[in-house]
Amino acid sequence: MAKLKTVEELKKIRQAALNQLDLRSTAESEDKVLVRVGMATCGIANGARTTMKAILDEIAKQGLANVSVTQTGCIGYCAQEPVVEVVSKGMPSVLYGKVDENRGREIVIEHIKNGRLLQNAIINKSFENME
Amino acid sequence: MSNFRMHLLVCGGTGCTASDSLELVKMLKESIKKHEITNEVEVVVTGCFGFCEKGPILKVYPDNVFYITVKPEDAEEIITEHVIKGRKVERLLYVEPNTKKRLEGQKSIPFYKKQIRIALRNCGFINPEDINEYIAADGYQALAKCLTEMSPDEVIDTVVQSGLRGRGGGGYPTGLKWKYTRQNQSDEKYIICNADEGDPGAFMDRSILEGDPHSVLEAMAIAGYAIGAQYGYIYIRAEYPLAISRLEIAIKQARKLGLLGEDIFSTGFNFNIGLRYGAGAFVCGEETALIHSVEGKRGEPSSKPPFPAQRGVWDKPSCVNNVETFANIPPIFLKGPAWFKKIGTEKSPGTKVFALAGKVNNVGLVEVPMGITLREVIFDIGGGIKNNKRFKAVQTGGPSGGCITSENLDIPIDYESLSSIGSMMGSGGMIVMDEDNCMVDIAKFYIEFTKDESCGKCTPCRIGNTRMLEILEKITKGNGTEQDLKDLVELGDVIKDTSLCGLGQTSPNPVLSTLHYFQDEYLAHVRDKHCPAGVCQALFSFRILPEKCVGCTACARICPAHCIEGERKKVHVIDQSRCIKCGACYNTCKFNAIEKG
Repeated sequence: MAKLKTVEELKKIRQAALNQLDLRSTAESEDKVLVRVGMATCGIANGARTTMKAILDEIAKQGLANVSVTQTGCIGYCAQEPVVEVVSKGMPSVLYGKVDENRGREIVIEHIKNGRLLQNAIINKSFENME
Repeated sequence: MSNFRMHLLVCGGTGCTASDSLELVKMLKESIKKHEITNEVEVVVTGCFGFCEKGPILKVYPDNVFYITVKPEDAEEIITEHVIKGRKVERLLYVEPNTKKRLEGQKSIPFYKKQIRIALRNCGFINPEDINEYIAADGYQALAKCLTEMSPDEVIDTVVQSGLRGRGGGGYPTGLKWKYTRQNQSDEKYIICNADEGDPGAFMDRSILEGDPHSVLEAMAIAGYAIGAQYGYIYIRAEYPLAISRLEIAIKQARKLGLLGEDIFSTGFNFNIGLRYGAGAFVCGEETALIHSVEGKRGEPSSKPPFPAQRGVWDKPSCVNNVETFANIPPIFLKGPAWFKKIGTEKSPGTKVFALAGKVNNVGLVEVPMGITLREVIFDIGGGIKNNKRFKAVQTGGPSGGCITSENLDIPIDYESLSSIGSMMGSGGMIVMDEDNCMVDIAKFYIEFTKDESCGKCTPCRIGNTRMLEILEKITKGNGTEQDLKDLVELGDVIKDTSLCGLGQTSPNPVLSTLHYFQDEYLAHVRDKHCPAGVCQALFSFRILPEKCVGCTACARICPAHCIEGERKKVHVIDQSRCIKCGACYNTCKFNAIEKG
């Protein structure tokens, strides 16, 4: 790597390296959008891994920051697997069912980026009214 | 560019590597490879998380799950369960001792709740061997700001305004030190980083250098710009190999990017840093002795004035700051002196890192705002005393400090308050003692340490400390008199008043403070020839209580001196003339039938 001549060049390195640290700093942030992908055996069998990878890819493509994608175990809704939950500040947590690759990308663009819920894919608005 | 979805941060500090954390890293990587997820998961070796009691530590991002005491053989389970299936490995989570609940997040653990991390901000968060991670965490931004937007005087003013004081123990205002060094005209000046951490039990400087070496390099360059120096030395003890290797890597990386070297950011400012190794002499933490050692001379102090700011290394104006002090510098410039001033107390702003050790449940490194009480540090963060024993005292300031008793536990910690109760901040060692510690023995331990570490240049320290040790040995052997106690006080005062450097000027403190707070215990040793804590071997004995002894023969079988006699199912007796007081019988008896006293 060449020697830095200006502060601008330092900022460029910082920008490039930020992605590396973003995963950690976002996780520590309190107002992050949290995406949970159900990754128990049934989820994985139904393609949850592909879904998760698509979600991660779309987030990177859209250049979204402050989004944390994590896995979770079985939530007991096996018929609807792969299941994805999106939790963002000021909104009730939303549970999406049968999330394949395309629906995963749609969730990122519509729900996380544009703030619109994908009405046709919602299982339940939140865990509170699941009973 | 990496697109890892998950980061596994493993502590690579000295404590955790000693419990096989690097083997754990190897196993994790192997398992990741086996499951073909190498492009999804990254394993990062970081600096110390501070929670050394529960090491090795593994933190999983983005899930924010904090695993403790992780062994290499746990790697496979973590990968298959957590990383692949998203199921937390419950058994490796921290268990809250009161509620017995397993806690996931680092911040929910009581050990971390009251901490504010400024100096340790990047320890356990970034990879110390990757300059890019430091830059991503706003690294070298403060240097850029200073060099391109501020004059050296403005830089100094900022540090003065922040109120930052030397974290090595003295508590001298850092900004003023910089100012005086700047005012002394010279063609050459030097910045020196004091990394000669000699206080027994203190390891915050080592952890900062191991976990975030660039923050110290950046701060040294800022200091160089402020005082007009082009060269800096880091004086580090050779017994810190990991810190040295991380510093070497960091210096190399910074040079490669031109963040150290010539014409930094095209401003015409040059700054280079070299390492100087110490041989681990306690006195070399004293700044004049340190300077002589840097020059390759004998590590002996010299009288001040002249101060290093006037005549330091190579007789040129030099500024000596401690590692932790430097680590506070970059955030002060990025967030502003007003932000820093708001943390802590009015006279001692900011935070202090303490190394909690001794009879406390959570041994480790904690960074807390000044003004917190000792009770909060020991009981809330430290989790209280081990084995539910009773708190007796805490020694702060290491061999130069004093002990603090329970009556002063609620005093807010800062430089002045600790001095007012006969102790000192020191470099931040905090050794907790319980009812089983004999205070005379503790005082003897510290005097033995300073006696050994005295450089011998001045008489009061060389001979005085030796005489003090002899008196203390006499007392612990049961030959002490009340006159000895008076002599200790008198001798201590003379050593303090007449010694050349800080070592001798503070070395009697542990004796004087224990004499002050635990006079009864000293009197018990000299009058009754009895050690109440049962530590001084000549001054206590073991006795079998006939009403409790069931005659199980366990004690007789374990006694290495074969001095316990008695038939099965009958009361046993210790032959005091042959007892070596090893305590084996005491520890073995299941019926509490052996009394120590």
